[in-house]
Formats: sequence, structure tokens, C-alpha cells
Amino acid sequence: MAIDMELEAVLRPPEAPQAPYPAKVITLANGKRMVVREVTRADVPKLLRVVHPTLFIDKDYYNVVGARLYSELLAWQYYRVQNEFCLVGQIDGILVGMVNSRMYTAETGMSLHTLAIDRGLRIGAHLFAAKMEHHIEFLGQKEVLIVAESPIGFRRWMTEYGLEPTTIPHELGGAPAYRLTRQLYFDSKPRLVVGDRPVPDELLAVAEQELIAADESMIREKIAGLKGR
Amino acid sequence: MRDVAIIGVGMIPFGRRDQDSLIDMLAYASMKALDDAHLGDKAVDAVYVANMGGGILQHQTGIASALVDRLSLLPAAADLVENGPASGASAIKNGVQAIASGYSDVVLVAGGEKMREVTGWRATDFVATLTHPESEYPYGITLPGMAGMFTRLYMEQHGLTAEALVAVAIKNQEMGALNPYAHVEMMITKEGIFDSPHSVVNNPLVADPLRLYDACPVSDGAAAVLMCPLEMARELTEKQPVVVAGFGQATDTHTLQERDDPTDLKAVRLAAQQAFDRAKLKPSDVDVAELHDAFTVLEIAESEHVGFFGKGEGSKAALAGLTRFGGKIPINVSGGLKARGHPVGATGVAQVVEITWQLRHELPKERQVKNAKVGLTVNFGGFGNNVLAFVLRRAS
Repeated sequence: MAIDMELEAVLRPPEAPQAPYPAKVITLANGKRMVVREVTRADVPKLLRVVHPTLFIDKDYYNVVGARLYSELLAWQYYRVQNEFCLVGQIDGILVGMVNSRMYTAETGMSLHTLAIDRGLRIGAHLFAAKMEHHIEFLGQKEVLIVAESPIGFRRWMTEYGLEPTTIPHELGGAPAYRLTRQLYFDSKPRLVVGDRPVPDELLAVAEQELIAADESMIREKIAGLKGR
Repeated sequence: MRDVAIIGVGMIPFGRRDQDSLIDMLAYASMKALDDAHLGDKAVDAVYVANMGGGILQHQTGIASALVDRLSLLPAAADLVENGPASGASAIKNGVQAIASGYSDVVLVAGGEKMREVTGWRATDFVATLTHPESEYPYGITLPGMAGMFTRLYMEQHGLTAEALVAVAIKNQEMGALNPYAHVEMMITKEGIFDSPHSVVNNPLVADPLRLYDACPVSDGAAAVLMCPLEMARELTEKQPVVVAGFGQATDTHTLQERDDPTDLKAVRLAAQQAFDRAKLKPSDVDVAELHDAFTVLEIAESEHVGFFGKGEGSKAALAGLTRFGGKIPINVSGGLKARGHPVGATGVAQVVEITWQLRHELPKERQVKNAKVGLTVNFGGFGNNVLAFVLRRAS
């Protein structure tokens, strides 16, 4: 697609400079080590391959989350959303989850989505925590506005962090947002935010070398986890 | 009284089975049990169905009648048995009594539960309906809450340690990973759930001091057994019969606070004693056991109360590996409730199915207890206020 840069200057939202997210490594319950790192627009096509199968999983609102995340990543790739960032979790290079979010203003973050591909290891919880860590500690924001699209998300974010209810409509559908303040974040940090830095060179090299996507059936199986027959 | 034999067993993989109704699951497990026995056209006299929550979770009653019709077993007698999380063993006990007394010849028992239809909160609340409606439930107590308080007391009085609970969790998830019927087929490591500072997120507190990996998952699932008099077993099937050598059942106070010593699981002790006495066997005769580990602490406490270990010795045994596959007394080689899952109505039946496989020597070698001849099951209802135990024996 040819890009008309003159028009692009009009169409693209202005971007604020964002501090980078320093990668970290987390030991999971099964002993495997998940590298959490920031990705760039160039990685979006790989991410979309992983998100796409979730559009058709009518379970735990994966389809809603998947469709919205897909559009947000695409918009980010083509500079149609302001100040977005995306963090991924990788085990041995394999993409096991991702989170995205954006700076709504310099002081307020707007949490977008959390998608765990490999379930049962609290990957979503770790990645959401990394997202909040980025907003509060590295971007230096005062608060993050959050909504949940699934009961699992509600339990993870609203309950575990003790988020404050607000009447502010969240940009994901207008539901009243919950707020993570710096105080709430630092109060929750000892029990919810973990990870070691720096990531050992060999681990980071594997993660950065390639974002490996599981095949579509594997992604469906890991998410749906249906047994029997 | 006639001796009773198990001649067919069936189970469906536990987990989340969105596409199946409760009756579907019960029917699949029942058909597997009927197929397993190669029963031919021999009529089933009676069907006992174990289910705790169909009326609450599925808004469905008359479940036993519905199953008999689905299986085309009309006009077999049909009864639903609801005894909380011990419903499965209660239903088998009813079947055993019907056969032993001579009222029935061929009895099918199916246990099932569909719990993943609702959120985890609602499932926890549903199970909590078994607590005392005036002195417990209104104050917000749940089964994990009770288990947490029990664990704290057990730690203070009987030397139970967090490391012992971790050992049980790891052992049962290791075995669950080898069991195709298990809900949780995932290995965990001590580093990941205990040693690493990251474990605070991986293994958060659920009910202090119990953590996530101390608790069983909320599962859908079903299991079934087919029984007949031992004397008929050889005529009906070529399968190796397994004899219900003895069963026991005992109750305890509804509320925990009324017990003289809340760490004394009196009903477990009495039920196991009865079962051993009726079987004319003793704990040291048992080759393999399925204990009701809805929480890791229960496996340790039950291993003491049934007589495998002295009080306070169960945690040491767990740490020493005595209850592992290949150990002195392998416990929960299926993965237990902890990994196989705990669809409450199905659990007591699933335990008997597992032990039957063990005593028939039908399991793959990585899960088959060598030369197993005697097995024990303990199905724990309420918080130990209604407990059933079975001693099963490989027929000679």
C-alpha cells in the first residue's frame, strides 16, 4: 500500500515520547522462564497471526478481546492510534501472551487488552502486572484506567489490585472505568509484580531472535482447553 | 449377604466440557462402563446417580430418571443420591447394599457434575451451601476458608509444614500429567510454586495458609461403575472382577466449631475402620489409595486418619516420598482431586473407577502400582461431616 506522507501527517495522531520498557524474566509455576519484553510495530504481523484464531473462540470473551486487540494492533501498525505500546511474554521464543495499552494523557494510562495463549500458568496476571509496571514506573504516570471484558479479568484486575471504581467512561465501549493509582500499584506490587532484571543475554537473545507463533490449532487448543469426546 | 463385584467401569476426561450437558456426561461415562463389562443384553435392575448441584447449577432435577431414559435402560429403578461431595461414594454404597441384600442383581452407578457452567465464585458458593445455614454460611465461610483454618490448626498441633503441602501438590500434578482423564495435565516445580520469589504471583494465597496449588480445580466430569453379585460376575463378563470387600460411612457435627478437636477427622477414622473391619483387612494390606485431596492438607490428614501413618507423621511421609508412585503406599496415583479435578458428584465414583483399573492391572506402567491387590478410597463430604470409605480387592 502506497503511503502518502503528506496526508499521513494529517491522519496520524501526534505521538508523545515514551520511555522503553526494560525486559524482565519471570519463573513460572512449571519452572519455565518467561521473558517479558516490549515489541515494536514491525512485530505486529506476527502478533496478528496469533490473535487471529481467537476471534473465533466463543469462550471467556476471547472473541471480543481478540477482535478488539486485533484492531488495536493493526491501528498501531498503521499509526492510527496514539501512544500505544505492546508487551509480550515468550517461553523459549514462543509467544505465550501479550498486553497492549496506551498513554491517554501524560498522566493517565488507558489499559487496553491482555491475551494469554498458554493458560493455567497465570501468564495473563504476570503480563497485566508488567503493563501496570510500565505505566506507573517507567512512563511515570499517575493513574491507569481499566475495564474488564470477562469475569476472569474482573477477578484479576479489579479484585486482586483493589482498583477504585470511577464514573469515567473507558474508551473500550464506555463502561465505567476502574482506576489504578500509584498508591494502589505500590501497595499491590509485593504480591503481584515480579520479575528479574536484567534478563540473561542468552535468554533475551532467544526471545529477540524470533517471535515464534504456535500454529492455529495449538492456539485454539491451549485457549479452549476442551476435554473429552 | 452377597459379595458384590465391580464388573465394568467408565470415566470421561474431566475438565471443562462446554459442549456437554450434565446428562450427556453421565450417559457417556455410563456407556463406557456398560461397554467395559460387555454386558450384552443383560438387564440393569437399578441405576443410582450421584449429583450434588444439578438442581442449583443446571436448574434440573429428576436426573436419575433422565439418565435411565437416555440410556434406554427402562424400566430400571432410578434414584438420585445427593450427599454433598461424598455423593459418589454414597451412590455406590446404595448400589452395593441393593445387590448384597438381594434386591437387585445388576446396578449401574453414575456420578457427574457440571460446575464450569458458572463462574468460580458461583461454584464456590454452590459448594458452600453444604455449610451450616445459620451459623456458618451467612458469615461467608467457604470450603477453602474452612480448609485454611483446618490447615493452620494442623500446622500448630501436628507439625504440618508448607513444604509437605508443596510435596503433595507436586506429586499429584506429576501423576495428573500422566492421566488422560485429568483436568490439570501440567507439571509444577518447587521452584515455581514455593522457592522462587516469583511464586507469590504463581501460587497466591487462597485461604491462608493454603495457596492456589493446594486446591483442586473446579471441574466438569462423570464416572460410572457397574456392579453385580460376585457369584454372577464370571457368567456376565470376562473382565477381572474387583470385589467391594468392605465399606464404611460415618458422620460428624455439621459445624466445625462443635468438634472437640477440629483436627480430628473422626468420620474419616470411623469410616475407614468400618471398611477395614468388614473387609477383614488392615491399612498395611493396602497397595494403593485414592484419598479425597480437595486440598493438599486433606491428603496428609486422611493418610493419618485411615491408619497409614500416625498423627503428625503424614507430612513427614509426604516429604520422604512414601506416598509417591513407587513409594510405600502410593496415594492418588490418578493425580487425585488436585489434578484429575473435583466434579463433586463424580469424585467418589471416579476414585472407585481408578482403583478398579489399578486392581485389574490395566493402567500403563508409569501409573500401574505393581501387583496391586487391595485398594482404598476415601470420599470426604462436607468438611468431614459425612465420609465414606471403600476397601476394594482383586478377586482371586
